[in-house]
Amino acid sequence: MDFPLLAVLAATLTIATPLVWAALGALINERAGILNLGIEGTMYAGAFVGFLTAVTTGNPYLGLGTAVVAGLAAGALMGLLTVTLGVNQHVAGIGTTLLLVAACDFTNRLLFATGTQQAAASFERWFPGLGVLAQYPMTFVAFLVLAPLLWWVLRSTGFGLRLHAVGENPEAADAAGIPVARTRYAALMLGSALMAVGGSFLTLSLLGTFTLDIVSGRGWICIALVIFGRWKVWPVVAGALLFGFTDALQLQLAITPLFSGVPNELLIAFPYLVVIAALAVWGRRVRYPGAYLTPYRRA
Amino acid sequence: MGPLAELRGITKTFGAVVANDSIDLRVLPGEVLALLGENGAGKSTLTRILYGLSQADSGSILVDGSEIRMHGPADAMAAGIGMVTQEFSLVDTMTVTENLMLAGSGLGRVNRSAAKAKVLEAAARIGVAIEPDAVVGTLSVGERQRVEIVKALFHDCRLLILDEPTAVLVPQDVAVLFESIRRLTADGMGVIFISHKLHEVVEIADRVSILRRGRIVADVPAEGLVPAQIAAMMVGSADPVAEAASGDVVEAEALATAVGLEAPGAGVAAGAGVGAGAVAGAGAGAAAGAGLPAGELSRSGVLDIDRITLAGTGKPLLDEVSLTVRAGEIVGVAGVSGNGQTELVSVLCGMTPASSGAVRVDGADITRLDVTERLRAGLGRLTEDRRGSVVLNLSVEQNLVLEDLDRFRTGPFTNRRRIKEHVAGLMERFDIRAKPGDPIRSLSGGNMQKVLLARAISREPKALVASQPTRGLDVGACEYVYSQLRALRERGAGVLVISEDLDELLGLCDRIVVMVSGRIAGDVRAAETSREELGLLMTGMTAGAGAHS
Repeated sequence: MDFPLLAVLAATLTIATPLVWAALGALINERAGILNLGIEGTMYAGAFVGFLTAVTTGNPYLGLGTAVVAGLAAGALMGLLTVTLGVNQHVAGIGTTLLLVAACDFTNRLLFATGTQQAAASFERWFPGLGVLAQYPMTFVAFLVLAPLLWWVLRSTGFGLRLHAVGENPEAADAAGIPVARTRYAALMLGSALMAVGGSFLTLSLLGTFTLDIVSGRGWICIALVIFGRWKVWPVVAGALLFGFTDALQLQLAITPLFSGVPNELLIAFPYLVVIAALAVWGRRVRYPGAYLTPYRRA
Repeated sequence: MGPLAELRGITKTFGAVVANDSIDLRVLPGEVLALLGENGAGKSTLTRILYGLSQADSGSILVDGSEIRMHGPADAMAAGIGMVTQEFSLVDTMTVTENLMLAGSGLGRVNRSAAKAKVLEAAARIGVAIEPDAVVGTLSVGERQRVEIVKALFHDCRLLILDEPTAVLVPQDVAVLFESIRRLTADGMGVIFISHKLHEVVEIADRVSILRRGRIVADVPAEGLVPAQIAAMMVGSADPVAEAASGDVVEAEALATAVGLEAPGAGVAAGAGVGAGAVAGAGAGAAAGAGLPAGELSRSGVLDIDRITLAGTGKPLLDEVSLTVRAGEIVGVAGVSGNGQTELVSVLCGMTPASSGAVRVDGADITRLDVTERLRAGLGRLTEDRRGSVVLNLSVEQNLVLEDLDRFRTGPFTNRRRIKEHVAGLMERFDIRAKPGDPIRSLSGGNMQKVLLARAISREPKALVASQPTRGLDVGACEYVYSQLRALRERGAGVLVISEDLDELLGLCDRIVVMVSGRIAGDVRAAETSREELGLLMTGMTAGAGAHS
């Protein structure tokens, strides 16, 4: 049997794209000391708002833009809760996710109650027919621009040092004259914007439409990927690719006659099992950022 | 020459407490100003205000004659003020250079190689060697402090505030620090030096300002001052309010000895264990000997540590540590922090199982016993982390009986009446200034330590392990802890004191052992040693060579 390896690799990149966007967003948040469990809802909001704009205006770029705005707003909300008010980050994040998912579903029902599937103007693949390279624009941006740029920013700019400092030792950052609250807000808003772009990839690129539960746990996977990647850009990208590959593999196997006897549910669970196994092996004994989960207040 | 910086009428209140009461202070270029005062006198508040970490209620700060508005440390740094605190403001996971680039690097691209060159240049200026690419978490305490000083210089600091810089240093590092300070003042920099160690103040300071209860009570040239005079000014002889505030009605003489001085008029050390220490080894010896009448010294070991080893990743954290504390003896454990002291306490108290070796209390092997069984076997403990040794949300009363609830039980229920009686007795005997129902989190450090002392000592332990028993306490509370530990010794118990304060160990202990890299690197009689000898032992230079073989 000849196995369509190239097709699986192409699908790997596509599936990994929203994960790279959202996980790198989560990485920025966590570097600043904030676990953003609002990620699932933020991706959902990015997916829905982007779709809504694209349907209304017929322009996917405008959809992308409004998704970014939605992400910035979601990040500002998380900032208000965790930075300004000092609310427990787990509670704030889960609350944000519940709020955003419910708000999107509610609006969706108000607008499209008839149940007819709306198709939005969506991004086209670049380089069609070029095999692995036939990908959506946001895929190229994620791997060729976002990841290297973020890696450079974290390593070689004052902003990167500031993020590291407020997430590791906010007292030291404060003593160095770094505005801790403002830096955390910036991290939350920037990171959440990336999450929303990741979510919008599902509607504006992959499916061209919005369905309920479209994010389906990808946000939670990203939280795991950031721990797996130990808050470093390239290991996180590698983790996203690993998940993408196992997911592409199970999709391929599901349509391979040889595996027709295997229950479909088991195949769908496969990538998640791989993530759990990977975390169990490499996710132990990780060193969390020093100020993880801790609001900062001057003594 | 005009002053480098000047504080005018600085006042700061926290609720009903006036931490700073219209303070005037000036620092001239090229001078070391020692700022002294007991804990709670307002030194920290004042320096935090000067460094912008806290805002004064009223008053003004002038640098080079013009007033500065302070909203945060960034303003202080811009005005040329730098501060090195007791807790270093360094990010452990970053390199030295990255830490130094943090302040004032903006948001854009950082220039690593230029910063590295500046690090080396600043290090040369204070006469020390610093590796710019070393990760801060891997550096020693002395090295981190040098990084902090370099960090201040990095931002063209002209007034450097050093908050108890020597508290964490071995004597050899103190010498390096003082050399750096002298180089800086020779350059025209001003230094504010805060310390509790008066012999250091006399050595380095040009001028001495003393804070008491939020006010400046003395501002005098350091030339010709002796430690005893400074101590007298600090505690302010006949001052009933200060005495009440310090927690105990103690004679000024006793307070003076507690801060490391021999009071003029002597005789203090010979009493019932009142003398708390002395600057010189000889004085300390006199105090220690006094508590040990020659004939009464029992030879039996009440706490016997027999070749205890604790494996670590790579080299062992504790390496065949053997040590005997006899009845009626106080043994001190000295050493630079991180050389196995914490692990030793943890093994003794039953928090960490030893890899091999044995611990015996009064002959009974407790190596395999859990915490409760150890307490029952006669081991008392006073742990380093005070707030971790109490349940913060429970009351004073509940915390006092937490370790022996079995004694106050009638069937499955606690007997409130018997607890109340027991607690009332303890609170009176140990002079705990609180109500039994107060949540323990509301107590001051000194009062909390009294609760812990009461809890440990009321069980009449045969052996007591006291880790950093006076850390963070003021002079009065320290003296109280010493007197209780001495009283325990008089009653025939053995006491093991783990401390980073050499003066404390010299004043309190009969014998001092030094730990280096998880080994006992020296065992000396307190009466026959000196700070210098201990300091040398702590670096592992003399006896350390023998231990390796």
